[in-house]
Amino acid sequence: MLRFILVKIGLLIPTFIGVAVAAFGFVRLLPGDPVLLLAGEHGISPERHAELMHQYGFDQPIWLQFLEFLWHLLHGDLGVSIATKRPVIGEFMTLFPATLELSICAIIFAIALGIPAGILAATKRGSWVDQGVMGTALVGYSMPIFWWGLLLIILFSGILHWTPVSGRISLMYFFPHVTGFMLIDSLLSGQKGAFSSAVSHLILPTIVLGTIPLAVIARQTRSAMLEVLGEDYVRTARAKGLSPARVVAVHALRNALIPVVTTIGLQVGVLMAGAILTETIFSWPGVGKWMVDSIFRRDYPAVQGGLLLIAVIVMFVNLIVDLLYGLVNPRVRHGR
Amino acid sequence: MKRVGLMAALLAATMLCGAASAKTLVYCSEGSPEGFDPALYTAGTTFDASSKPVYNRLAEFKRGTTEVIPGLAEKWDVSEDGLTYTFHLRKGVKFQTTDFFKPTRDLDADDVVFTFERMLDKKSPWYNYAGGQWEYFDAMSMPSLIKSVEKVDDLTVKFTLTHPEAPFIANMAMDFASIMSKEYADKLAKDGHKEMLNQEPLGTGPFEFVGYQKDAVIRYKANPDYWGGKQAIDDLVFAITPDAGVRYQKLQAGECQIMAYPAPADVAAMEKNDKLTVMQQAGLNVAYMSYNTTQKPFDNVKVRKALNMAVNKKAIIDAVYQGSGQAAINPIPPTMWGYNKDVKDDPYDPEAAKKMLEEAGVKDLHMKIWAMPVQRPYMPNARRTAELIQSDFAKIGVKADIISYEWGEYLKRAGEKDHDGAIILGWTGDNGDPDNFMATLLGCDGVGTSNNTAEFCYKPYEDLIQKAKRVSDQAARAKLYEQAEVMFKEQAPWLTIAHSTVFMPMLKSVKNYKMDPLGSHRFDGVDIAD
Repeated sequence: MLRFILVKIGLLIPTFIGVAVAAFGFVRLLPGDPVLLLAGEHGISPERHAELMHQYGFDQPIWLQFLEFLWHLLHGDLGVSIATKRPVIGEFMTLFPATLELSICAIIFAIALGIPAGILAATKRGSWVDQGVMGTALVGYSMPIFWWGLLLIILFSGILHWTPVSGRISLMYFFPHVTGFMLIDSLLSGQKGAFSSAVSHLILPTIVLGTIPLAVIARQTRSAMLEVLGEDYVRTARAKGLSPARVVAVHALRNALIPVVTTIGLQVGVLMAGAILTETIFSWPGVGKWMVDSIFRRDYPAVQGGLLLIAVIVMFVNLIVDLLYGLVNPRVRHGR
Repeated sequence: MKRVGLMAALLAATMLCGAASAKTLVYCSEGSPEGFDPALYTAGTTFDASSKPVYNRLAEFKRGTTEVIPGLAEKWDVSEDGLTYTFHLRKGVKFQTTDFFKPTRDLDADDVVFTFERMLDKKSPWYNYAGGQWEYFDAMSMPSLIKSVEKVDDLTVKFTLTHPEAPFIANMAMDFASIMSKEYADKLAKDGHKEMLNQEPLGTGPFEFVGYQKDAVIRYKANPDYWGGKQAIDDLVFAITPDAGVRYQKLQAGECQIMAYPAPADVAAMEKNDKLTVMQQAGLNVAYMSYNTTQKPFDNVKVRKALNMAVNKKAIIDAVYQGSGQAAINPIPPTMWGYNKDVKDDPYDPEAAKKMLEEAGVKDLHMKIWAMPVQRPYMPNARRTAELIQSDFAKIGVKADIISYEWGEYLKRAGEKDHDGAIILGWTGDNGDPDNFMATLLGCDGVGTSNNTAEFCYKPYEDLIQKAKRVSDQAARAKLYEQAEVMFKEQAPWLTIAHSTVFMPMLKSVKNYKMDPLGSHRFDGVDIAD
């Protein structure tokens, strides 16, 4: 097992270098430069333009810029955002807990509903329940996030007044952000009602962000379950006289979960992509919206730093999933 | 799940405190400020959150107008030659006392000198504190205009200019000229935390800064020592809400009382909603299509006039602006002083346009129309506009190709003197002074830059706008601009397209809000009905 872990971690190094090159190169491949965009209609004199490009170091040969980027990276320095003139790492760390909190809630939501729905559909294969669950999953999967979010707001906030429209907590609560996780901070603040306000603000964004992973997980669970339920050992278990519930929950589910765990791991990337739109709709102060704004401003340090950090996080989540996978499935662990 | 309504929340907060009712105004803003030192930035969103609530300037724009009135300076004298401006500061102006700083002295000349020196003097320890980029100050050519800033006595400051420039006073009311506290800056420098000047602002303005949660909420409270008197509202909160549809939902749910930039498609429904008031005003902007007046055949006035007459402007306003715009006649919007109401627009008359082209000896004209790749406050959709113009031109036998580049590249290429064809572009005003449109965009100095894409340099016009820079009497200047507008229309370097309309929806309980023709969102003087 130790060897397996070490190999997996060793593989991260080339991946990391590849990601660093991609993050650095990607934003520079976009046409336009940050100084021209900053000046806008006012325009900028060629001299001033050259001066600013020099100040940012954008006038140096590209390989030198890259080496400098790597050098600073090794020292944990991701540079200073051109737009806000503050360190990129600080900006990211301020915003990331909000994205993480929302992503965790969304994935829990997706797993908690997706797996039971998939099992239900598999055990009632071909029935109206199966068709209903799978049809809903298809709709959920195909739903444009923007439209889905607005629809929920209009219904639950606008018409029914069940949930607040947007934000992380009601404006009447004002307390220091110790961890950056609103659910924890609201509890720490000791202010009455703060926690329930934070929860109520989380409901709609969680549903919106969790919808696509939910659909994917439900479909994956269903097909994995169907496969397993057809296996000989399941038939044997049934023949032994075990109750159907026990067969499904203990014998079949455990094996069916293997591909499902992989799918869940892959959803982390999907969550990051979905976070961009979800955060915009729900005025959720996370990294998704910040990345998009930075790309539009050609804020090179912010984009390359942000991309790199997100990629590293996704890499680590995948590593953990790989390790978990090894834990559930001995064949993977022994490399056969 | 029970929704916690804002009013209920306020009521609960009041009951808990046992205090007299605290009035809180919540504004759904469209984006996050880049920082809180207004001199470092150029975006209106940043100014709304920094310079407008927290700071004051020597001169101010009178609320709801572009008129410049005394601010921290109660009066100023201008020397005969227009080169020296002496500002007399108001006495007893207090800086805000906050959790992060307690000032020990009132505003004085040192604060004013400090404010400008940090942007002018490359040797100032504050010049480079955030990268040394005083973008707006530079863009308004202040470093080459201001020769020196000197303290005469505690309450008197003298500015010496390199050349006479009447709009200088309006520039002193701009956001970059917000007066900082030298005492606060000194303390931050001593503590080794200069960057906090950009994170925890402290000024003399109507509201003091309480806290900012990035991309979520900004909080202010009324400054009890404000020299203009304490505000009617006690707390001001910006709820940052990037999506226009969501801002509208929040307004309807009472989660905010006033919002910026509604989606044009929502305006009709908002106007029908009896809980809401929707204010509207022409934006301080103009969208235009400029002909390169140095190139054939556009160097011929008749050709430019003929093309202008071929365009059905109303169709553009209807299709592209969808009712949130008005046809532009002059280069400046009608909310600005110096706007000449007597200037008539070129009539839409394709037949006459065709004839005029023939008279000019132009046959089978094949030209380019540049369409910006981005949406701007003055132009919702340049591509669509270009297509409409293209089809109008086709009707008089002119063939047009539409071209576009990435935005930065577009501006760069538009700035090249020998660019080809007609360019769709626009401008958002900076200081409410007609000079800021009529000299910046159409003056000889702008030739070969992205400001003057018509490459327009017409001596009689240039003489008028140069004279207007030197006269300090506003009424006399207005006359000069009115004449220049007549000349502009005769020469037709642009097809003037539109001024966009800005809407401001709010709950009926919001009182005394005034729309700012300069496009900012100011909450001084605003009240909420009980």
